[in-house]
Amino acid sequence: MIAKLKRSYGSGIEPLMHLGQNYMVVDRSLIPEILQVLRDEEQFDYCVDITAVHYPKREKQFDVVWVLYSFAQNARVRVKTQIAEGESIASSVPLWATANWLEREVYDMFGIKFDGHPDLKRILLPDGWKGFPLRKDYGILQQDNEWVQINLGIESGQ
Amino acid sequence: MTDSRSLSPLDLETPDQTFLDANELVINMGPQHPATHGVLRVILRLDGEKVMGLECVIGYLHRGVEKIAENRTYTMFNPYVDRMDYVAAVSNALGYCEAVEKLLSVEAPPRAQYIRVILTELNRMASHQLWLGTHALDIGAITPLFYTFRDREEILKIFEKYCGARLTTHAFRIGGLQYEAYEGFEKDVKNFVSFVKPKIDEYEELLTTNRIWLERTKGVGVISGKDCIALGVTGPVLRASGVQWDLRKAQPYANYKNFDFEIPTGQNGDTYDRYVVRMAEMRQSLRIIEQAVEGIPEGPIMAKVPKVMKPPVGEVYHSIEAPKGELGYFIVSDGSTQPYRVRVRPPSFVNLQALELMCRGQLVADVIAVIGTLDIVLGEVDR
Amino acid sequence: MHGVVQYIQSYLESNQTPGAAGNFFWATVYILLVFVGLSVAVIAMNWLERKILAHMQVRLGPMRVGPHGLLQPIADALKLLLKEDIIPAEADKIVFWVAPFIVVLAAFTVFVVVPFGPTHAITDMNIGILFMLGVSSLSVLGIVTAGWASNSHYPLIGALRSSAQMVSYEVAMGLAVVSVILMTSLNEASTGTLSMIGIVQAQQAQQQWFVFKFFPLGLIGFFIFAVAMVAETNRAPFDLPEAESELTAGFHTEYSGFRWSLFFLAEYSAMIAVSSIAVTLWLGGWLRPFPNALQGAVWDLVFSLIPGLSFLFLAGMAFYSTVRMPKHPLFRVQTLGLAGFGALLAVIGLILFIPAVRVRVQDIFWFSAKVAGFMYLYIWYRGTFPRYRFDQLMKLGWKVLLPTGLALLILTAIVAMRTELLADLRGVWHS
Repeated sequence: MIAKLKRSYGSGIEPLMHLGQNYMVVDRSLIPEILQVLRDEEQFDYCVDITAVHYPKREKQFDVVWVLYSFAQNARVRVKTQIAEGESIASSVPLWATANWLEREVYDMFGIKFDGHPDLKRILLPDGWKGFPLRKDYGILQQDNEWVQINLGIESGQ
Repeated sequence: MTDSRSLSPLDLETPDQTFLDANELVINMGPQHPATHGVLRVILRLDGEKVMGLECVIGYLHRGVEKIAENRTYTMFNPYVDRMDYVAAVSNALGYCEAVEKLLSVEAPPRAQYIRVILTELNRMASHQLWLGTHALDIGAITPLFYTFRDREEILKIFEKYCGARLTTHAFRIGGLQYEAYEGFEKDVKNFVSFVKPKIDEYEELLTTNRIWLERTKGVGVISGKDCIALGVTGPVLRASGVQWDLRKAQPYANYKNFDFEIPTGQNGDTYDRYVVRMAEMRQSLRIIEQAVEGIPEGPIMAKVPKVMKPPVGEVYHSIEAPKGELGYFIVSDGSTQPYRVRVRPPSFVNLQALELMCRGQLVADVIAVIGTLDIVLGEVDR
Repeated sequence: MHGVVQYIQSYLESNQTPGAAGNFFWATVYILLVFVGLSVAVIAMNWLERKILAHMQVRLGPMRVGPHGLLQPIADALKLLLKEDIIPAEADKIVFWVAPFIVVLAAFTVFVVVPFGPTHAITDMNIGILFMLGVSSLSVLGIVTAGWASNSHYPLIGALRSSAQMVSYEVAMGLAVVSVILMTSLNEASTGTLSMIGIVQAQQAQQQWFVFKFFPLGLIGFFIFAVAMVAETNRAPFDLPEAESELTAGFHTEYSGFRWSLFFLAEYSAMIAVSSIAVTLWLGGWLRPFPNALQGAVWDLVFSLIPGLSFLFLAGMAFYSTVRMPKHPLFRVQTLGLAGFGALLAVIGLILFIPAVRVRVQDIFWFSAKVAGFMYLYIWYRGTFPRYRFDQLMKLGWKVLLPTGLALLILTAIVAMRTELLADLRGVWHS
């Protein structure tokens, strides 16, 4: 399957395997197309998870990861792409309804924007919160003191 | 298919006018509400008693577990996972330990595997019992709660005897187990199985054929298997919609492939089917426990893992069938003692997303029933 | 002194209720007695409900305040009285203030016509049953105002549900009651009655409780009423207006302390009130059980001894528990208290054996025992049934109980007038 994708998309896709788990690193521009193909032609009908990883030292700071599962093949695949700070990526809500909250969480935690998401706003953190906590430059004790002072009426949440 | 369930933002600016207009009532259910199982907040738009739309507001219990993971070593993070789905702490730990083991390329020894399976299945029982009690309570039957809690207590006693804790057990370690099964563990488990079997019939006697229970649950919160898959809903909810999929069978982890059990499924995908599926799952869990406790092999309980864990650079996604659905861990290692990133794929969080679809057009009372039947734990939703 | 004795004597020999006799003093005494008795009944009911429910649910229930938690309701009442009385800022204060009183008033006023015995009622109204139905349905006014005045969403929904529910079940209830009134008219003079005492006397005269009349018609009517009365008092499985898991506490969400306790009081008195209607209309009111099968002076004596015996039985239970109390100094006060309670019950039981008392009190005893049976049913329902949903509740009321009630009414009329009808038909045939 991955070989087939490799044949049709060439250098934009790099299939890999680690610890017996398939994954592929895909160019950002190819993401909507690849996901579409994976869902429709390869029957990856279940989007298990969407998440991201932050690598502040890299030029393209973020890895966005889709974990997909196919009921028909009983197989998993991870699709990975790299995007830079400020770049956005196509939303996969039209493909999998479940992507709605998962993408909101990624936005909430990393500040990655998804184009075409129906209601991209914070999900776990309060709406007015500043900063994206799962980025590496966000310290573990750091918090939005201003928000805490205004909304909770206390000096600090620590 | 996606259009209908994309959440339209609610206009919350003018609740008072709608209140006076009496055309549409905006009700704020939670975060402090007896039936939202924690701190879930559901904003309901009602036309009379009919739900026109709803939006979940979550995050009240957000503790930043994923961030904490990045600042702890692999071993130190282990107890934290118990605090996510705190009614099924053992399952959480199983998923995490196995994921890290995969990353380290070690495997827990067979004896540890067996004890892990027993504890995990006991925990599934406990989780389902807690679900049954609270779900029935939401629908108005107060008595099953006390029956299920009475029997869940026996499970917690076994946990307590095994590792000293009842709820957040921290039962497993990366690479196996910390504690050998205590003296009489097998006897206790066997006694429990024979004790609880008639009790499950007792629960069923109270509910399964109760007319009001049937009326309240049949045809309520229907979700098709197709919608379940699109929404990523897993666990008993998916199985009640007719999709026979259980990670224990589909991609066996631990040593589930050694055991003989069935995957109970429903057809209608309504609240009643989910109830029936979970009841059947309790019986299947007992079946697994019975087989496992007979076959515990002798041997070590801990694999050879280094004291300071430094998994090689790489990443792994590992998921298990938690009582609520697929619980996945995506762990990225950069070769240091601390995980570079731990992502938890929480079943409750993803399942909760289906609430809107399942409740639209139903009545307020059904929202309660559906929240109950989704079996969410807010500790896991918010992490 | 002599005058007072004579006065009491004259009352004891009268065969009328004080209200009907126009005896103002005795009416006042009765009102006070009923009020106190009702309050005690509510307190006892509170304790019993918690205890019985607890034992159904494999737990002990209150055990700390007093022996076996006997003083728990009193402690609760004290707590409620001492609590801060919160009125929400946005509430309509006057209406909020008045609402619980309307509910309590409606629930208590009903007892004006409840016949505890042939002469043991505050008054005997010739429209007794109408008065009862009318006044008890006033409580919905209090509930709606409470829900509205709270100016909050959950109480509002609770109040709306409550009004819809009470109004719809009253219809079915009324139909069942009318079928009983038809039955009362089956005497030689064909004079029916609406008087509560009259209805019981009609059952006595016809030598049949109306629940067994025209089997199974009486039973069906009784069943309709028994279902409707649970809905009418907003109890499980029809407790939607205060559905805890949905509406937190329904119409009294915003009430606290004393005002809340008024709702509580009203709920329990309403339960007792509707149960008394059911007992009066179908179960022969104050009449003792098995009046036909077990006739004769000996059986009369045996049945008149039962009140005393049952109190002695309760006393025995209290003594048994006293013996089983832990023998620890910490429990001394509780043990003594329980023994004292047992002694009190025993004394009451012994007093009930005195012939003069026995004769006059057994009516009240049988009436209360039957009502207590209903109270137990209420608790039992709560322990076993899940809650109905609103649309299902409405469906049950309008699509099941109402048509059944209508059919029942027509059938009862036909069966009651069968001889006349047949005669008429024959006349038509012959002409």
